[in-house]
Amino acid sequence: MRIQISSRTLQSDFVKKVTEISGQDLLACNQCGKCSAGCPMCFAMDLLPNQIIRLAQLGLEEDIAASKTVWLCASCLTCTVRCPRGVDLGRVMEAIRLITLRKNIDYVGAAKIPKDTISELPQIALVSSFRKHTA
Amino acid sequence: MKEKRIGVFVCHCGLNIAGTVDVEQVVEQIKDYPGVAHAEHYIYMCSDPGQELVRKAIKEKGLDGIIMSNCSPSLHQATFRKLAASEGVNPYFCEIANIREQCSWPHAGDKETATRKAVAIIKAIIEKLRRNISLTPLVVPLTKRVLVIGAGVAGMQAALDIADSGYEVVLVEQSPSIGGHTAQLSETFLTGDVIPGLVSPMMSKIASHPNISLYAYSELEDVSGYVGNFQVSIRRKATSVDESKCNYCGLCLESCPVKTASEFDRELAQRGAIYIPFLEALPQRPVIDRETCRHFGGDKCQACQEACPQNAIDFKQEDTIVEEEVGAIIVATGYELFPCTGIAEYASDPDVIDGLQFERLLSPSGPTSGEVRKPSDGKIPEQVVFLQCVGSRDPEHGVSYCSRVCCMYVAKHALLYKQAVPEGQAYVFYMDIRSDAKGYEEYVKKMVDEERVLYLRGRVSRIFRDGDKLKVWGSDTLTGKSIEIAADLVVLATAMVPNPGAKELARKLNIIVDQYGFITEAHIKLRPVETLTAGIYLAGTAQWPRDLPDTIASASGAASKILSLFSRRELLHEPTVAVVDPEVCRGCGQCVAICAFKAIELDPVKKVAWVNEAICDGCGACAVTCPSGAMQHRNWTARQFFEVIDIATAEYV
Ligand SMILES: Cc1cc2nc3c(=O)[nH]c(=O)nc-3n(C[C@H](O)[C@H](O)[C@H](O)COP(=O)(O)OP(=O)(O)OC[C@H]3O[C@@H](n4cnc5c(N)ncnc54)[C@H](O)[C@@H]3O)c2cc1C
Ligand code: SF4
Ligand code: SF4
Ligand code: SF4
Ligand code: SF4
Repeated sequence: MRIQISSRTLQSDFVKKVTEISGQDLLACNQCGKCSAGCPMCFAMDLLPNQIIRLAQLGLEEDIAASKTVWLCASCLTCTVRCPRGVDLGRVMEAIRLITLRKNIDYVGAAKIPKDTISELPQIALVSSFRKHTA
Repeated sequence: MKEKRIGVFVCHCGLNIAGTVDVEQVVEQIKDYPGVAHAEHYIYMCSDPGQELVRKAIKEKGLDGIIMSNCSPSLHQATFRKLAASEGVNPYFCEIANIREQCSWPHAGDKETATRKAVAIIKAIIEKLRRNISLTPLVVPLTKRVLVIGAGVAGMQAALDIADSGYEVVLVEQSPSIGGHTAQLSETFLTGDVIPGLVSPMMSKIASHPNISLYAYSELEDVSGYVGNFQVSIRRKATSVDESKCNYCGLCLESCPVKTASEFDRELAQRGAIYIPFLEALPQRPVIDRETCRHFGGDKCQACQEACPQNAIDFKQEDTIVEEEVGAIIVATGYELFPCTGIAEYASDPDVIDGLQFERLLSPSGPTSGEVRKPSDGKIPEQVVFLQCVGSRDPEHGVSYCSRVCCMYVAKHALLYKQAVPEGQAYVFYMDIRSDAKGYEEYVKKMVDEERVLYLRGRVSRIFRDGDKLKVWGSDTLTGKSIEIAADLVVLATAMVPNPGAKELARKLNIIVDQYGFITEAHIKLRPVETLTAGIYLAGTAQWPRDLPDTIASASGAASKILSLFSRRELLHEPTVAVVDPEVCRGCGQCVAICAFKAIELDPVKKVAWVNEAICDGCGACAVTCPSGAMQHRNWTARQFFEVIDIATAEYV
């Protein structure tokens, strides 16, 4: 597959918003992969954290939206403390989540959670999930 | 003062000046200015016909001062001063009025302003020249001997180049042996030279060279003086062994009960408190390390003294200070490695080692006699992971620069490992491969093509112990997979950092180090082997990470600069320096504090400042600082400045 990139895609609203909300310079990342190497959630991710920031550098919002990665991110900030370039990737992940949630799209629907799961999960986990995954 | 007869020569510089400045107008407005005996313009003053015009005018009009109105003095001041001198005009009566960089270029397109400004600049310089006094360059004697600090490959190469050219060299090395880090290596990448074959001949040449005085186990205590005339004092640390008696039998070494980590073997082996750092060490003489020696720790131990048949052990020996005079200094203090523990997420573990430790494991004279064995249990490692850029290119946890050598030596490590353990697997985590010199790219490619080394493009984020394995968590950004490897040995290519003592040394030498502690060169592109302090040069990795070919090239570069300095009989120094009027000076010492070149002293008896003209750079900082006006800059006195300022600002007042 071949994708089109241009100055327009590179400076799309999406790129600007991610930059503004996260306060991070996306191009500071040199794709060393250290974030992905240490991420405790990477076993479940379809794209690695470094791939998410690369896609964001290129302005490929749809590819990011199609991936579960940002929702699986546990906000543990391991990537943030280890990044050699000082990129706070945890914030980038959060920014991407916020952009989706602000469109009023929930990632987790309370109604869709099976009863068994609800009774098994500790309250605090549910609260955190709603905070992070719902608009 | 007799009025000078001044000639003003206005250059067009093609259209560079004449395109913006109306040169005819300038000549018209200058020719009747007080003091001007001649004025003309020409297309290129620096050309042969241009210079001929100046000569002719000097002769015919009897000029004794000339003002060249053209480009910056950094370009042609020397040319025109030489011309003046050849016509019998004092060269310090030749001044440059810069009407190009300071006038025509910034005012391009505004001929009226530019012309007015060119006239003002020339008038200002006329006022300065009218008050110039005639000067001759200062003659400074030149001691044709060199001090080299640090005897790694850089220091040794520079010392040999200079000594072979017939000049004496004083070589100071802080550790007990010369050789530096290169002596610790197994073999070199690309050429596969074994280190004893490469460094040992160099070392023995140093030790036996009639022109080299070697002070090993010594440090620079103090320096004073200036280019051509440095006085240095060197502290020879007490070895506690009387050199004149010791016959190097080695009996003392075996007798010592102390076992401590060997610096040379990077803690992979032990040594006694009395020791010779390595087999081929030079000088081949034992030293007692007083930090670990039991005798100096307050114990009664004198095992080595009892063992020595020569009665050479001297516990009472003291440090001695030797004084030397030299004309130039080379700083070759080399590098150290960023510590393995510098990156917290990499386990501190006996089987996580750095590149120099791996060199010791590979070295036939090393702790494992060249067999690759795990430091923890001595077993042969079957899975070895090499990590590049540890601490390098990591401004958050280490240094932001690339250490330049590791990409290459990691390839060498992988190769030598495969040669030692053919059935083993080597993995290299890299960010990108920097193999930018002759044959380097082909060498690295060979590791993949022939040795089947697996290069993984990504960094490692965690190393932790899991039973008898080390788990390495990395990523392969090319597939987008997180990777786990169960390794037996992990080798970290840690960043090359400056020798930690370099900062203190730089302070003594009055030279500059950068934010990391590397010695700063005078100009990174044009003057790479000189420092900003005249007479002090630099070589090798004290300046920046580099491999052996680059180290040797820079050392020979520094040596050749010194040989060119020594090709003169004596040194000439600009006479346009600061002078004190002792009648006016009240000895406040503010000038002493401001001088970056340490050129000023306060006479303790007369309580007046005194400028060492040979050191003074003529920067003028002291002259503007002096509250009593006693300090003046020759040919840039306060009076001259005020005249110049008055003219330059006349339009605005
Ligand atoms: C693991 C590893 C493998 C390498 N392999 C290769 C290779 O295969 N091929 C290659 O070309 N390069 C290789 N290199 C690079 C090579 O080691 C350097 O290029 C070379 O050692 C630089 O020499 P130097 O003289 O500048 O510094 P050093 O070797 O560090 O020597 C500096 C000397 O100065 C002394 N000194 C320091 N401070 C003072 C002081 N204040 N007073 C007196 N003396 C002082 C030190 O004791 C030392 O003897 C390797 C480097 C590493 C880390
Ligand atoms: S660790 Fe930092 S620089 Fe490296 S890939 Fe991740 S975000 Fe980019
Ligand atoms: S903050 Fe998110 S992306 Fe970063 S390491 Fe933790 S889980 Fe992974
Ligand atoms: S035993 Fe004495 S003579 Fe022999 S090496 Fe030691 S100090 Fe020298
Ligand atoms: S030389 Fe290679 S391994 Fe060393 S810092 Fe530079 S890129 Fe990294």
